[in-house]
Amino acid sequence: MTIQTGESEGLQPAKAVFYNDPKVRAVFWQIVAVLGVVGVFWFLIHNTMANLDRQNIASGFSFLNLEAGFAIGEGMIPYTAADPYWHAIIVGLLNTIKVAVVGIVFATIIGSVVGIMRLSPNWLVARLATVYIETLRNVPLLLQLFFWYAMIVEVLPRAKEAYGPFLGVYLSNRGFNLPLPDTWSYLGLGAGILIALVTVIWLYRRNKKIHDETGEIKNTLGPGMLIFAVAMLLGWLAGGAPTTLDSPEFKGFSFKGGAEVTAEFLALWLGLTLYTASFIAEIVRSGILAVSKGQWEAAGSLGLSRTQILRFIVLPQSLRVIIPPTTSQYLNLTKNSSLAVAIGYPDIVGITNTTINQSGQAIEGIAIIMAVYLSLSLSISLFMNWYNNKIALVER
Amino acid sequence: MTDTTNKEDWVSPPKTEVGVIGWMRKNLFSNWFNSVLTLIALYLILTTVPGIIEWALINSVWGDKSPEVCREAQGACWSFIYEKYRFILFGVYPYDEHWRPLCAMIIFLTLIFGSCIKPLWKLGWWIAVTWAVGLVMVGVLMWGGIFGLTYVNQSQWGGLPLTLFLATFGTVFAFPLGIFLALGRRSRMPAIRSLSITYIELIRGVPLISILFMASVMFPLFLPEGVSIDKLLRAQVGIILFGAAYGAEIIRAGLQAIPRGQYEAADAMGLSYWQSMGKIILPQALRITIPPMVNGFIGGFKDTSLVVIIGLFDLLMTSRVAFQDINWRPFFVEGYLFCAAIYFCFCFFMSRYSQWLEKDLAKGQNH
Amino acid sequence: MANAQEADAPNLGHAVELRHLHKWYGEFHVLKDINLTVRQGEKVVVCGPSGSGKSTMIRCINRLEEHQRGHLFVEGLELTNDLKQIEAIRKEVGMVFQHFNLFPHLSVLENLILGPTWVRKIPRKEAIETAMMYLERVKIPEQADKFPGQLSGGQQQRVAIARSLCMKPKIMLFDEPTSALDPEMIKEVLDVMIELADEGMTMVCVTHEMGFARTVGDMMVFMDQGEIVEMEAPEEFFANPKNERTQLFLSQILSH
Repeated sequence: MTIQTGESEGLQPAKAVFYNDPKVRAVFWQIVAVLGVVGVFWFLIHNTMANLDRQNIASGFSFLNLEAGFAIGEGMIPYTAADPYWHAIIVGLLNTIKVAVVGIVFATIIGSVVGIMRLSPNWLVARLATVYIETLRNVPLLLQLFFWYAMIVEVLPRAKEAYGPFLGVYLSNRGFNLPLPDTWSYLGLGAGILIALVTVIWLYRRNKKIHDETGEIKNTLGPGMLIFAVAMLLGWLAGGAPTTLDSPEFKGFSFKGGAEVTAEFLALWLGLTLYTASFIAEIVRSGILAVSKGQWEAAGSLGLSRTQILRFIVLPQSLRVIIPPTTSQYLNLTKNSSLAVAIGYPDIVGITNTTINQSGQAIEGIAIIMAVYLSLSLSISLFMNWYNNKIALVER
Repeated sequence: MTDTTNKEDWVSPPKTEVGVIGWMRKNLFSNWFNSVLTLIALYLILTTVPGIIEWALINSVWGDKSPEVCREAQGACWSFIYEKYRFILFGVYPYDEHWRPLCAMIIFLTLIFGSCIKPLWKLGWWIAVTWAVGLVMVGVLMWGGIFGLTYVNQSQWGGLPLTLFLATFGTVFAFPLGIFLALGRRSRMPAIRSLSITYIELIRGVPLISILFMASVMFPLFLPEGVSIDKLLRAQVGIILFGAAYGAEIIRAGLQAIPRGQYEAADAMGLSYWQSMGKIILPQALRITIPPMVNGFIGGFKDTSLVVIIGLFDLLMTSRVAFQDINWRPFFVEGYLFCAAIYFCFCFFMSRYSQWLEKDLAKGQNH
Repeated sequence: MANAQEADAPNLGHAVELRHLHKWYGEFHVLKDINLTVRQGEKVVVCGPSGSGKSTMIRCINRLEEHQRGHLFVEGLELTNDLKQIEAIRKEVGMVFQHFNLFPHLSVLENLILGPTWVRKIPRKEAIETAMMYLERVKIPEQADKFPGQLSGGQQQRVAIARSLCMKPKIMLFDEPTSALDPEMIKEVLDVMIELADEGMTMVCVTHEMGFARTVGDMMVFMDQGEIVEMEAPEEFFANPKNERTQLFLSQILSH
C-alpha cells in the first residue's frame, strides 16, 4: 500500500502530555539527583571550611614545601629530615611500589605452585595445599602481619648474635642482611648472562624453523640450560674470577656493609605474599579445572604427550580464565600494602600519616593517599581490560 | 551369547584395585614421581607436626597458673588465655554485665545462621522484620539505660561483640545502598549512571584504611559546629560506604545474569520500573548473588580488624592489648593463635556454607 | 546362533581384539567379559541403552579408560600401561567425540595440523596440504582460518572428523557423533561417515542412528548392563533379534 507524500505529517505519533513523557521525566530526575548531590557536597564543604577556619588550619598544598623534620627507616632514594614533605612522600611512594612489585612476583610463584599442588593426584600433597589455602584465607591479613612482625622482632636473636647460616647471610630481629658483589669484575658474569639469553632466544627460533620445515622436534630447554651455565662460568672467569663480596659485619651497634632487608619489610612482604598466594592458588586451580576433560581427551587421542597437551591446549586456555581474577588480586595486594602503617614500614600511607600528624593538613594528606592508590588501580584495570580484549576467544 | 563358565571368578575386582591398598596405590604411589612426593611430604610432616604437638599440648601449661610457671615450662602457656579470655572477648565492657554482650552475640549468630537455612527463605519480607527486631534487641542489650539495665557507652564496647556489630550492621546497611548503586550503574540516565560509576570506582580503587582514616579524621570536619559524631559511628559509616561499592558490583553481576526476557515480560505486563524491579528482577538476582555476598560478608568480617588502626577495641585489638600486660608479654603467640582460631572458625564455616549453597542453587538451574 | 568368537587365541592381524575384558569403577562392574573382534576394513556399530558400557568399551580401545582384566590388542599391539605403547597406538586410532572437543583457541587449520606436526613430525607445509585436502573432503575448505566458536555444530563435528583423519589413522572410533547435533545437521555428518566407510576405513561406532547402521554396518553389537548380549550382521539383527533384551531395545528405539 503506497503512502502519499502529502500525508506524511499525519503519520507523526501523537506527543504525550509533558509530565508523562519518559524523556522529560528522565531529565527531571537527573536534575533532582545532581542538585541533591551538589547540595550535599556544598553543605559538607561549607562546614569543613568553617571548621578549618576555627582551628586555624590553612588549606592548600603549599605545606608540601615545608621541611619534614622526621627520619624515615628505609628508602630507595637519599633522604634526610631536612628535606621537604613532598620528598618524604615520594620516598613513601617508592617504598609502596617496591613492596608491591616484590610481593606480586613471589605471590604469583608461590600461588601457582600451591594451586598446582592442590590439583595433584597425590592425596597427601593435595591435602597439604588445602590446609595452607584454608588457614591463610580465613584469618585477617592484619593479624598475620602482626604475627610475622612479632615473630621476627621477638623470636629471632639480637643482631649481635644473629643466625649466620652461611656465606655472610645473617638473620636477626632487625631483619635480613646479605652480601653484595663489590667489584666491577662481576660485570663479566652479568655480560655472560646477557649473551646466554640472546643465544638461547636465537636457538629457540632456529629450532622452531627446523620443526616447521622438516617436522623434526629439537629440544631447547636442555641445551639452553647448558648454554647459561657455560656462559656464566666464562663471564665470571673473564672478569678475573672475583670471589670477594661486600659482606655484612657486625660492628658497634649495627651491621656495616652488604645489603639490608629490614624486619618491617620482611614482615610485610611475608604476610602479603603468603596471604595473596592463597587466593592466587585457588584461581590457578579453577583456571586449570575450567579446561574441560574433553580437551584433554581429544588432545590425548591425537597422540600428544602430557607435556605437549599442557603446552598447546590446556595452559593457553586456562591462562584466559586465570589472568583477570589474578590481576584483581595484584590490585588487592597493592591496596593491602597500606597496612604497612600498622607495623611501621614507611610506605606512602605511613609517611603521609606522619605528615598529617605534624602539619595538621588532614584533608590534603588523605587526598594524596587516595589519588596515589586510584592512579595505581586505574592503570592496572586499564591494562587488564586491554589484555582481556586482546586474548578473547573468537566467537560468533 | 557368551556362555559364562567361571562367573564366580569375575564378580569382584582385583584386590589391588579396591580397599585401603587400592586407595593408597592410586592416590599416594601411582608412579615413581608421586611416590617421591609422598615421601617428601611425609618427611615434612614428621619433622614439624610432632614439634608443634609437643609445644601446644604435651609441654603446655593449662588452667589457673601464674606467669612464672609458664615461663619455666617449655610449652605453650594456655593459662594466659584462661586468665585473659574475658578481656579478649569482651574488651573493657563492665565485668558484671558481660552477659549482655554475650546475649547480643547469640542474637547476632542466630540471625545470621537463621538466614542461612534455606527453608526459612519462604518467609520473604518477614526475614527483614525479624532482623529489625533482633537488631533493636541487640541495641538495647548493649547500650542499656532502659528496662533496668545500666547504661554502657559505646566507647566501652569491645572484643568479639564489637567485631560482629561492625560486620553485621556494615553488611545490613551496605546491602540496600549497594542495590541502589547497582541499579544506578545500569540506568539509562547518563547523570545517574555517571554518579554511580564514579562512586563505585573511587571507593574500590582505594584501600579500606584510607576510607577509615577519612571517616575518623574528616567526618568531624564535615559537621556543623557543636555537632559531634562518635568514633564507632564514624568507623561504621566508613565500613558501610566501603561495603556498598563492592556489594554494588556483586549485585550488578546478578542483574546481568537475568535474561532479557524477564525484563521484557515484566514490561509487557505493564509494571512500572520499581514494581518490576521489586517483584520480578531483584528477587531473582539476589538469589544468584547470595554465594558471592556471603563471601563478601566473610571479607567484611576480616576487614573489621582494620579498626585497630584508628583505635577501636575490636577482637584483634583486645588480643594485642591482652599480652601487652607486663606479666604476660612473652606469650603473644598464644594470644594471636586464640584470636586467629576465632576468626578461622567463623570464616571457614561461612565459606563452606557458601560453597554448599552455590552447588545447591546450581542444581535447581539445570536448563 | 552362536557367534564366531569361540577361539580364545587372538588373531594379531585383526584391527582390534578384545579378549575377556573386565572393567570396574570401584565396586561397580561396568564391563563384563567382553569379547570382540574387529577385522581390517570392518564397520562395527555398537548400540544399547544408556549405562550399558558401550562408550566405556570403545574408550578402552584408545586407553581413555583403563581395563583391569583381560587383554586388548590394537593392530597387533597389546594395550598396557606402557606409555610409549599407548602413544604408538593412539597414532593409529582416531576418535570423534559427542561434543566435538575442538580446541577453541586455535583456528580450524591449526586444529588439524597440531597432531601431524607434533606427533607424526611432518613438516608444516605438508601438514597444511593434507589438512586442506581433508577439509575439502568434509566440504568446508573455506572455514580453514575461522575459529571453532564461529562454526555451527555440524561444521564443528566435520572439522573434528577431518582432524582425526589428518593423522592418517588405521581405525576410526565414533562415540555418539551425532547425539549433540540439531536434527538438520545430522545428515551432513552421517554423509561424511558413509563416504569414509565406502573408502574402506575400519570403524567402530557407538550410535543411535539405525538408518546409518543398516547402510554402513558389517556387524551390529548390542550391549546391555556391561555385557555383549547379541552380535550379528545388520540384516539378521534388525529382522530377527534373538535375545529378549535386544527385542525390547529395538522396539523402543525404532518406534518413531
